[in-house]
Formats: sequence, C-alpha cells, structure tokens
Amino acid sequence: MRDAFIIDDAREKKFLLNREALVSPSVLQAEMKKVFAKCWIYVGHASEIKAPGDFVTRRVTGRPIIFCRDHSGEIHCFFNTCRHRGAIVCTEPAGNRRGFRCIYHGWAYVNDGKLAGVPGADAYADTFDKNELGLRRPPRFESYRGFWFLCLDKDAPSLETYLGKAKDYMDLVLDQSPSGTMEILTGVQDYDIAANWKLMVENSVDDYHIPTTHSTWLAYMANSGVGIHVPQGEGLVLPTKGWAIDLGNGHFTTDNINFRGRPVAKWIPIYGEDAKPEMDEIRRELVERLGPDRANRVADTNRNLVIFPNLVINDGSSVTVRTFYPENAAKMHVSAWAFGPVEESETARARRLDAFLTFYGPGGFATPDDVEALELVQQGLANWEDDPWSEMSRGMGKESAQLNSDEHHLRIFWRRWNQLMEAAQ
Amino acid sequence: MNAPSNAIRVSRAEVEDFLYHEAALLDEWRLDEWLELLTDDAIYEVPPNDTPGGSSKNTLFILADDIVRIRERVKRLKSPNCHAEFPHSRTRRLITNVRILQTEGNLVTVAANFVCYRYRRHERIREFVGTYRFVLQHTHDGFRIKARRTTLDAYELGSLGAVSFIL
Repeated sequence: MRDAFIIDDAREKKFLLNREALVSPSVLQAEMKKVFAKCWIYVGHASEIKAPGDFVTRRVTGRPIIFCRDHSGEIHCFFNTCRHRGAIVCTEPAGNRRGFRCIYHGWAYVNDGKLAGVPGADAYADTFDKNELGLRRPPRFESYRGFWFLCLDKDAPSLETYLGKAKDYMDLVLDQSPSGTMEILTGVQDYDIAANWKLMVENSVDDYHIPTTHSTWLAYMANSGVGIHVPQGEGLVLPTKGWAIDLGNGHFTTDNINFRGRPVAKWIPIYGEDAKPEMDEIRRELVERLGPDRANRVADTNRNLVIFPNLVINDGSSVTVRTFYPENAAKMHVSAWAFGPVEESETARARRLDAFLTFYGPGGFATPDDVEALELVQQGLANWEDDPWSEMSRGMGKESAQLNSDEHHLRIFWRRWNQLMEAAQ
Repeated sequence: MNAPSNAIRVSRAEVEDFLYHEAALLDEWRLDEWLELLTDDAIYEVPPNDTPGGSSKNTLFILADDIVRIRERVKRLKSPNCHAEFPHSRTRRLITNVRILQTEGNLVTVAANFVCYRYRRHERIREFVGTYRFVLQHTHDGFRIKARRTTLDAYELGSLGAVSFIL
C-alpha cells in the first residue's frame, strides 16, 4: 500500500505532495487510464485546417491522429492507423489531400474517413464490409470556438460542460479579435523537457518563481524601459497584483494587472514609438466594441489559463497555445503555437510575434530557464524515496485573496488530479 | 557565383578565416568580442524547424533578434542568473562547405554547413546540425556581420530542447 498522493490539511494549513507522483512509471500508467482517457484533451484549432482537404498529423495523449477538414468542410479526428494491419496512413506533418493511402498494401481512405479502395478486393469473402473499416475515431470529438478536443470516454459530459467557467476566460482571450476569431500562426515550437508533465502545469501558472528563475528577463524588461519596481507590504513579488482563480473541474487561471506590455493595446517601449498610433487604434476599437471596462480587461490584464489536464493558454506578453504530454514519467514533449486575431494588420502581427519571443519559447528570454528549473526538479527527485514530500502550502489559510504567487492554483490542480487518480475505474 | 563589376573581391579563404574566428569566439564564450563583429543594424535569427524558409514578420521563430535584443541576449548569457547556461555549456562548432553565394557592393552573402556539439553537466551530447547564412559587410577593418541566420535540419527541436546559447 503506497502513501497518499497528497496531504491536504486545512487545520494545519499544510499541503504536501508525494513526489512518487512525479517519478513513478506506474503512476504514469494509471494517469493514462484515469486522467488522459477520462478528460477532454486538446487536439488542435480549426484555423490550422482552413480549406477543405487540409490536414495536420500529431500525437494527442501519445496517440497518432489526423486532424482534418474533409472535402465538404466538416472537421474530423481520426486515429492515424490503417484498419488493415496497423500502419500509419498519413506520414506528412501537414498538407492538403483528398484522402490517405497506406503505403503497405494500398488501402485508401477518403478524407472523411471512409475506406474507398482495397487492392484485390475480390479475394475477400462477402462478409468483408468496407463500410465497417473506415478510419477509427476517438469516441468523442467536440469544439468550443475553434478549439477542438477529443475524449476517449464515451460517457463523458459534453465539452462545454467540461470547460464550464474556463469558457469565460477563453472568451476574454478571443475578445482581442473584432470578430471574436483568432488563428494559430505559422511556426510551431516542438521541444522536449526532461521532466514530468505535471511540472509544466505548475510552472505555467506559478508567478512565485518569476523573480528568481526569470531575473534576467526582468532585467531585460527594465533595460527596455518597463518599470519593475515591486511595491512593499502587499505580499507581492512582482510590480503588479495578480490573483489565482479556481474555475472548477481542475481548471484555473491567473488574473494579473499587466506590467509587461500586451500587443493587444498596452504599449511598452520595446514596441517602439512607431507602434503607438496603431496600438491606440486597436484600443479604440476595443472600447467601442466592448465598452471601457471590458476593453481594459482585455488590454490591461493578462492571464495564464490551464484547461485540465494539459492545455495552457498564456495570454501574457503575447498569446501562446501550449500543450504537452508525457513521453515517460521523466520526460514530456511540448508543442506551442502563437495565436492572433484574424483581422490583424501585418505590422500588428509582426509586433505580436516579436513580443512572443521576448519571453516565450526555446529561444526566448524566459522559457529556457523554466526548462532548466523543471529539469533540476526532476533531477532532484532522484532522492524521492529518502525525501518524499514537496511542500506546497504557500498562501494556505490566508484571510486575504489568493495571489498568483501563492500556491492555491497549484493545489487546485493536484486536488483534481488526486480525485481522478483515487477514483475507482 | 554572381559578382557584379562594382562588387568587392573576396576569397573563400578570407570568409572561412572569419567564420572560424567567429566560431572560436562563441565556443570560448568571448561574447563581448563577438558583439564587436556585428554591425549596428545586425540581425540574428533561428527559424522554426517546420518553416525553415519563413519570415519572422508572419511566422513564429525560435528567435529573431535585432541588434538591441542581441546585446540584451549577451548581457543575459553573461549573467550567472541565466540558469539555462550556467554553468556555461561547452560547445564545439565544425564549419564546412563554405560558399560565397553573392557579392554586391561591400556585402557578401555566405552559406556554410555546421555541426555544433553541446555538452552540459552530466548530460549526453546534443548535436545541433544545420546551415548558416551570413550577410557580411566588408570594411577596412575586415568583415562585420550584418545578418546571421541559423537553420536547423531536425524536423523538430525535440530533444535539443532549447537554443539557450548563441547558435
């Protein structure tokens, strides 16, 4: 009998995490059944497959899938596996095709999944039915405002029910666009981190680490003219206040007053004087469309949103859609994209992409140090049997609001994860 | 090779000497000296693995620095708080297949292949393989780098992890 995964003691104001959860292959095996096969998992965005016939291939929860738009415009998700003998049927990362033909024996599928052609079909008995041999699909596949998710549990609640209050924060991101439509931009950042996937969930919303892990990024911001003075006496670790918000179902977000600039309408000197007139115009459009309060919400606050278990939308220095999955207990693969309003001008688009690179990604001024921190955690956890508990009580039992630099939101994740992991099958 | 009559004449050997010198400065972490090799309008880019021919104006790059950000990047790299590079990686660049693609006025466009081996603490080797494309400006004091684009051959960054040093 193993120890509990978490010790969650409200009376003692103590929250401890069993480090076995971050190192054990058997925990990962259980996660695959109890977390990844039960929850809605992000597949891709409709903007990646704009035209009929467009497709992308990727792995989702380790499963090779085809995410495509068929000739009539309908969006599908197929397992990228031939029904005949199991080979991958589409080997290209992206493209436009009428269908997919397996190179092994030539079984050919239309881009709506139907099996269209079987070489030498006359050798099969009359019990052989091509209609039953279309590409397999995950049991559930649904979307919310262009974000497509799959679910391996046919009895799961609808995606919209699952997302719940997280939808409000997705809407807030999408309000950057005059038509409420944003698109994934060209250029994916695909990289591995030698750390457990759950460490990325924590890291994506943990503002406590920013002053230490990202001191060189803060120095870069300061050198460029951004004020990074931290007010004393409010328990803050950053120049502005930010909160940690529970959105139910294991989803949560930070909600921060912005100091770091936003391509949607909060100018900082890095953007250059030339950018001011256009950014004023973007803000004017926001105010006209949304009213002053909502416009301020869009432009002057930023948030890192976690859709349980493994989708992060960082609406900060720019917008990134980031998902990650475990390769093994001590290694994850990350895919990250930039995300922008479809109406954006060339100059605003260039500014958004440039702002992205100030912080995010494998060549950014911050992400490489996050990777380093996560890998150092994983290396340190080699001692887990002798030093088995992580201390995650920060902010517990506070009278005042839970801040982005507390660990309230991290506990929300772990409580939901624990609930799923401790559930009977 | 396209060489209009107004263009300066440079030999491949001169270009190679310069690239080897640059590689030595980077491998030895002599980053202030490396900065002196750049023009005041220099750019440094690493395109994403899936769109190696893209433009940073409409495509998400791994990095796309103007001279201001290059200088900030060097400040960061020299800080012990640049955790991804402290202690510094040991790198070793092998540069080959150097070609002068074009000369125009005092500008020379150069392509080269590279392998950059990176060693870090107790990690196994990471091998960065790809091509360099430089625009070099010829001055009375030798070459200066006006543009520097590092393109990786790998389909994805994957186990290479990050481009946390000057590649």
